[in-house]
Amino acid sequence: MSLALVFDYLVSPTFLRGAMMTLLLTVCSLAFGVLIGLVVALLQESRTRTGQAVTLVYLWLFRGTPVLFQIIFIYNVLPSFGIRLSAFVSAVLALSLNEGAYMAEILRSGLQAVKKGQRVAGLALGLTSFQVMRHVVVPQAARIVLPPIGNQMIGMLKLSALVSVIAVEELLLVANQTASATFRYFEALTAAGIYYLAMTTVFMALQMLLERSLDPKKRQRARNVPLAERLLGITRAPAIR
Amino acid sequence: MATTDIRPGEAATTAKPQLEIMAIDKSFGSNRILKACSLNVAAQETLVVIGPSGSGKSTLLRCVNLLEPVDAGNIFFEGRDITREADKAHLVRREIGMVFQNFELFPHLSAAENIMLAPVRALGMSRADAHDIATALLAKVHIPEKADAFPDELSGGQQQRVAIARALAMKPKLMLYDEPTSALDPEMIREVLDVMAELSAEGMTSIVVTHEMGFARRAADRIIFMEAGEIIETATSDAFFGGSVNERTRRFLDQILH
Repeated sequence: MSLALVFDYLVSPTFLRGAMMTLLLTVCSLAFGVLIGLVVALLQESRTRTGQAVTLVYLWLFRGTPVLFQIIFIYNVLPSFGIRLSAFVSAVLALSLNEGAYMAEILRSGLQAVKKGQRVAGLALGLTSFQVMRHVVVPQAARIVLPPIGNQMIGMLKLSALVSVIAVEELLLVANQTASATFRYFEALTAAGIYYLAMTTVFMALQMLLERSLDPKKRQRARNVPLAERLLGITRAPAIR
Repeated sequence: MATTDIRPGEAATTAKPQLEIMAIDKSFGSNRILKACSLNVAAQETLVVIGPSGSGKSTLLRCVNLLEPVDAGNIFFEGRDITREADKAHLVRREIGMVFQNFELFPHLSAAENIMLAPVRALGMSRADAHDIATALLAKVHIPEKADAFPDELSGGQQQRVAIARALAMKPKLMLYDEPTSALDPEMIREVLDVMAELSAEGMTSIVVTHEMGFARRAADRIIFMEAGEIIETATSDAFFGGSVNERTRRFLDQILH
């Protein structure tokens, strides 16, 4: 065991590139996943026959099969229909489509959690349906869906390791290849683990900041609770809400 | 300050009523909620609507500001047939304020922001101007110190008064109150009714669904009694409290007054 080697791996360009690839995969797939989820959630809310049928089939397919299967299927089967995608695009496509299915459910639950009376009150003030959605429903729904979306963000970071099966040079593949070549499994995998923990920590902090920015009361009256306590949720200060 | 305004009405009696409801019908499925209801409301008049639950009182209010489309009949607001303006419903609603049983304040906004939302978003007013209006209206409903409080930090009575201020911010020509005190603890009913009575006294045209007969006696010009989707009786306040009501109205009153 050599901690010096762990450090060498951490700062090596290969590992850094692997980590950047993991981050890129995560961010792209999350962004497209949220977009797909939003479209699907609104289609379901719209209550049109076709919309509901399409979303039902989509949710059934992508929640009903393993992500690993979806990744391999898109990369290996689509080319036989003449659709040739790079490993990276296949990976993002599979992860986004999978993510979208879960996002749709999260976003829909958020929209439905805002009571009908709130929309009626907005309409009664003379706001248009769009303005009611934008200024009354979405701000309330956003606060409800943020914790589960934070979970999805962290989940996606870890899920992205799966695309190593189609040879996308992400963090886990890099670590595994390095270890196989040098037989330094402990050092290579420890370095990868540190990268994963660092990135999930950043995501958690991001989620906390977002939650605060969406809660007007907390923004105005935040107490000085140490960051570590807040992150770990061990603060003993009475909850504001 | 001109902005708070409840305009003290041009002429007490105009030739045309401000609101003219002509034989409107409304059904939910096979359930006929409103049966050919007709009603006129004059400018500056305060009309109290009473009747048992399920009699169509709330539906009547919701039809007036187009939250529910009518199946038949017409509603004229200041001479315009608003039942023909369904695609411009949001424009009609800007002129008609509504207050709900459960307040329906927006929980993510402070009291002042609740009041400012519609003027800023629907009318494009600047935040500074809207804030001035909010401040003045909060004073008008007797809680100027609560501008920065959030709804869950306010008592029910305070929330309902913010809700009234929120509706007034659009300078409505007609106020609809849908059982505004039914969800309140007894000790808070008075502060809300006081605000409503003050508005009525200033000449705000109002339709109030309520069982608070004390308020009716104090503020109503006329009282109507509804049952099973029909307007059974229309009486001036004097006649009503003078006891000249028909048998069904009398029976209902005996029930609510115990």
